[in-house]
Amino acid sequence: MEKFTLLKSTAIPLASENIDTDQIIPARFLKATDKLGFGEQVFKDWRFHKDGTINKEFPLNNSKYSGSILVAGDNFGCGSSREHAAWALVGYGFKVIVSSFFADIFKGNALNNGLLPVQVTEDYLKKLIVHLEENPTSEVIVNLEEQTIESEIGNASFEIDAYKKTCLLNGYDDIDYLISKKQQINAFEATF
Amino acid sequence: MRKTLFDKVWDAHVVDVIENGPQILYIDTHLIHEVTSPQAFEELEKRGIPIARPDKIVATADHNTPTINQHLPIKDALSRNQLEKLTKNCLKNNISLYGLGHENNGIVHVIAPELGITQPGMTMVCGDSHTSTHGAFGTIAFGIGTSQVAQVFASQCLLLEKPKKMRVLVNGELKKGVLPKDVILYIIAKLGTNSGTGYFCEYAGDVFENMSMEGRMTVCNMSIEMGARGGMIAPDQTTFNYIKGKEFAPKGTDFDEKVAKWKTLATDVGAEFDKEYEIDASDIEPMITFGTNPGMGIKISEKIPYKNESSFEKSLTYMDFEKGKSLIDTPINYVFIGSCTNSRIEDFRVAANYIKGKQKAENVTAWLVPGSQRVAKQITEEGLKATFEAAGFTLRQPGCSACLAMNDDKIPSGEYCVSTSNRNFEGRQGQGARTILASPLVAAAAAIEGKIIDVTKVLEPVL
Ligand code: SF4
Repeated sequence: MEKFTLLKSTAIPLASENIDTDQIIPARFLKATDKLGFGEQVFKDWRFHKDGTINKEFPLNNSKYSGSILVAGDNFGCGSSREHAAWALVGYGFKVIVSSFFADIFKGNALNNGLLPVQVTEDYLKKLIVHLEENPTSEVIVNLEEQTIESEIGNASFEIDAYKKTCLLNGYDDIDYLISKKQQINAFEATF
Repeated sequence: MRKTLFDKVWDAHVVDVIENGPQILYIDTHLIHEVTSPQAFEELEKRGIPIARPDKIVATADHNTPTINQHLPIKDALSRNQLEKLTKNCLKNNISLYGLGHENNGIVHVIAPELGITQPGMTMVCGDSHTSTHGAFGTIAFGIGTSQVAQVFASQCLLLEKPKKMRVLVNGELKKGVLPKDVILYIIAKLGTNSGTGYFCEYAGDVFENMSMEGRMTVCNMSIEMGARGGMIAPDQTTFNYIKGKEFAPKGTDFDEKVAKWKTLATDVGAEFDKEYEIDASDIEPMITFGTNPGMGIKISEKIPYKNESSFEKSLTYMDFEKGKSLIDTPINYVFIGSCTNSRIEDFRVAANYIKGKQKAENVTAWLVPGSQRVAKQITEEGLKATFEAAGFTLRQPGCSACLAMNDDKIPSGEYCVSTSNRNFEGRQGQGARTILASPLVAAAAAIEGKIIDVTKVLEPVL
């Protein structure tokens, strides 16, 4: 996994609330057996009209927006547990998702793939979305070490599990950690 | 200290607690299927890590399988590839696989209970969010992502924060025509799709005590739709009777010893929950959803509420429904009775009982998809198949089918489908498809009438 310390980038606002994983990556794209290629399908049914033409209104298609930070409405990543949603977002190039709430499983999946969920207050989120819509070139800084997000509307702090933070900062994941605990797990199994 | 059912099972599985971090939880059983496992196998292979306990893994093919002509090669190359990968991975790693056509094959959350794999007091995981189904047995069961599938492969453990505990009490007597599906749709509509976030939910009260195991599974299955990590119901005599004699259930004195242990799992009197809700059973009526999340449900006799939120309005636009309108008499062209929520024998009994002597509406395409080969067999043996066929229905072969529409069972864009599955998200049953969640009874009635009807008005009076 890639290390994450600090990210400075423009951001894409996506005001919709309750964006579920079926929207992030529709089920018909789950047939692949590797992790590649999901980025192209992210938000497929929102990015394209039914007749296959591009939906220019959709923020990801709007040329005024760019960047590796997605700022999305409340309750992001609800619905199915498919990790493909995290792969699709990472594959598309996102490194940070900002929202006022993340669904549990999605949050875990994101962290396991080096995608940082930054949870801010509803008030901050609303202001940030409006600000980005009006100032698409303004930059946002996400500092994992300090657990802060800085933008032209002001700074905010976010929470992250101390263990997960260490993992991201060092670029190692849960598997590395669990393997290092092998002996203890074996001992537990023996008494079970 | 007085403990809840959840505490007792969780605490018994904690290998270690990391300071300022998660706990290491030991997993008893790991269920896998073709869609969320290949990348995990690949990850381990890439890192050169062996599978820790292949004997604790059970595999099935269900998400992406056809529900007709299962004996023929699968046409879709990508689906075929997924199944071939699963077979190869299981063979290579010594994992039991109940592949397509095997007598134990079926939807992962239907087969594990019916084979006696699911047992009280266990921890179970699967790369599918409706793993919560197994909680019906007093099991801690929850869905995981593919990275976590890889973690369990590598270590038989997961790194997790211990969730908080909530309890939903439903006491009293259920009205006629109210099924377990209505109970859970009512709970979600009432408490909201976020009410369970961060929690494990225990369902308690007479309604659940009097419910069959099939019904309890339907309830626990949808816990995730209120945001909960999982749902649980304390094991009791109904649970033990269900498990007894099943293929992988403990046998003889072993079984009796297990039962004695399982009896100690129930929540201690006076144990504390982080939050609790109480619902009166007599408030619940047959339910139906009108929107694009499972919390957007109403009693079938009610009207769509007025709400001025943009997501609410977006949802109604997608469904082409209006505020203040009733759904009764809405014409529908599709009915799906299936999915791990409602594809067990009891669900088909309810449907057959209603359908008996009636005829399917001409305009309706109805897919009746049993949850497993065993359920399919039982449907034939109990004569339900004959009832369905006489009424103009055909039964399909087991699988997830139109629950997530990964195979060819897709509802066309713009069409309404009354579905016994668990999710009515935009496009869940096919691009543009409009899903109306309901019980197998409401779905069967819609298939006969070609429109939504108030089932409570047509049920025979109970003598
Ligand atoms: S039936 Fe639906 S919810 Fe159940 S396991 Fe299959 S896809 Fe998941």
